[in-house]
Amino acid sequence: MTKPLLRIFGLCKSFGGIVATDHVELDILPGMIHAIIGPNGAGKTTLIAQVSGALKPDAGQIEFNGHDITSLSAPRRAQLGLSRSFQVTSVFLPMTVLENVMLAVQGTDGHSYRFWRPVQKDPKMLDKGMTYLQQVGLADRAWHLAAEISHGEQRQLEIAMALAMNPRLLLLDEPMAGMGLEESARMIRFLAKLREQTTILLIEHDMDAVFTLADTLSVLVHGSVIATDTVKNIRANPEVQRAYLGEEHA
Amino acid sequence: MMAWLPSSISGRCYCILLALLAVAPWIFQWADQPFLLDLLSRGLILAIAATSLNLIMGFGGMVSLGHAAFIGIGAYCVGIPAYYDLYNGWVHLGLTVVVSAAFALLTGAVSLRTKGVYFIMITLAFSQMIYFTFVSLEEYGGDDGLVIYFRSEFPDFLTMQGPVALYYWIFATLLLTLFLVHRLVHSHFGRVIVGAKHNEQRMQSLGFDTYRYRLTCYVISGVICGLAGMLLGNFTGFISPEMMSWIRSGELIFMVVMGGSGFLFGPLVGTGAFVFLEQYLPEFMKFLNSSWLEYWHLPFGLLLVLLVLYGKGGIHGMLSKLDSKTQQSGQ
Repeated sequence: MTKPLLRIFGLCKSFGGIVATDHVELDILPGMIHAIIGPNGAGKTTLIAQVSGALKPDAGQIEFNGHDITSLSAPRRAQLGLSRSFQVTSVFLPMTVLENVMLAVQGTDGHSYRFWRPVQKDPKMLDKGMTYLQQVGLADRAWHLAAEISHGEQRQLEIAMALAMNPRLLLLDEPMAGMGLEESARMIRFLAKLREQTTILLIEHDMDAVFTLADTLSVLVHGSVIATDTVKNIRANPEVQRAYLGEEHA
Repeated sequence: MMAWLPSSISGRCYCILLALLAVAPWIFQWADQPFLLDLLSRGLILAIAATSLNLIMGFGGMVSLGHAAFIGIGAYCVGIPAYYDLYNGWVHLGLTVVVSAAFALLTGAVSLRTKGVYFIMITLAFSQMIYFTFVSLEEYGGDDGLVIYFRSEFPDFLTMQGPVALYYWIFATLLLTLFLVHRLVHSHFGRVIVGAKHNEQRMQSLGFDTYRYRLTCYVISGVICGLAGMLLGNFTGFISPEMMSWIRSGELIFMVVMGGSGFLFGPLVGTGAFVFLEQYLPEFMKFLNSSWLEYWHLPFGLLLVLLVLYGKGGIHGMLSKLDSKTQQSGQ
């Protein structure tokens, strides 16, 4: 049996009286696309934020690659290979597309206490940046400002930045949010290919995307995981249908 | 066209400005206006300080209302040794660097745990602390300040004696500072600082410990501002806690914003405008009506308000607008 890459034990988080994460237990196996679905406000983004280190859990433990990372800061976790893309596009708008990706390369590529040589004249950095842009199909946009490209392209840039960190686990928070049909389809094809490179924890509202991509599905309702199974079994699970799918199809 | 000149209007303006600054002592000597050299020397010292503030504020998004503390520290690093008849400039320089860096490290380590308004307030608090510390140091003149009888001496190196020599010390320091900041903001380090200004959480999720990078930046900025203080102490020959009051810190912010926050030459032109107005606006008011002299702060304040409201990007922003206009008409 393969050892899980990420293990979550008894994770809890509340904001005031609202329980956002309620004793979540989760194992993510390497090489898989593991999707988390759930109605709005189920606590999906809160869960991702705790895994990435942006939020501190009230209780519970997170293990990554066999090490307890619960008390590590977000930058430390990123250094270990946990990479997160954001639900709300958060690329650096006043910088060029290439600069954005190079910044992501810089983040996990040693330290950045280098004060003198311009990044723009570092051929190694430029090469790496362009490689990731080519991978997501944004190479021809490299010299545009991130503010000038379309929303869909910004989402692609977001993925390129997550990839540039050379992650072992990619946390994707609604990568298709706000995308058109065609763009979504392209993103789905792209993510399917990514499976060979890295493990993915995917949060997505687009059910077609989830059912096409995911190897395993977890259903989150009111902060707790009510089921984790293969796509086929989840679709057949009556509890899930009642809690989530039924609600949406009603 | 001459290829070595920058292609933009603003870039050319700055080249001409630096060239004029390089020959300013001769011009003033020829025009027999030694006072103008004094005014310019003071302006350039403040420009160095404003440029250092721009590094953390304009590029890094850390608005400090306590930056004048470093001016005071630099000045007292000249004044206190001079009080004990120690005039070796290398000692003054070494002290300035070490003490400013230490003060920046200690106060920055605490301040940078906060953001926005809290950061403004806490930097203000620290600068007030050091201000009142020096006010209470009776030995070094307290409130009344301290007279420095001789300038820092750099034996077997360059002299600071005489207004022209001192001016070139200041000018050279300004050039060095501008060059340093230029290299810094385009380096690996600088990209992290600029990125953290726009989206700190994103930078952390990219693997950057933003707190440490910011602290490093804060220390570099503090040391540069300390050097400005060392020059100011030498220039005025008289130092007092007044140099580090929060009013001075506020003026530094004005200079940066007026010139263009986040642009290399912004603080230089902003300081120029500030010093010019401070000097000539009262005379202009007096010219309009002899009883208006003391109200010069009123139009001064109005000008600042108008500039902040309508001149986005300060004076640099206006010059850049000229650039984009000529580009459009050229197409």
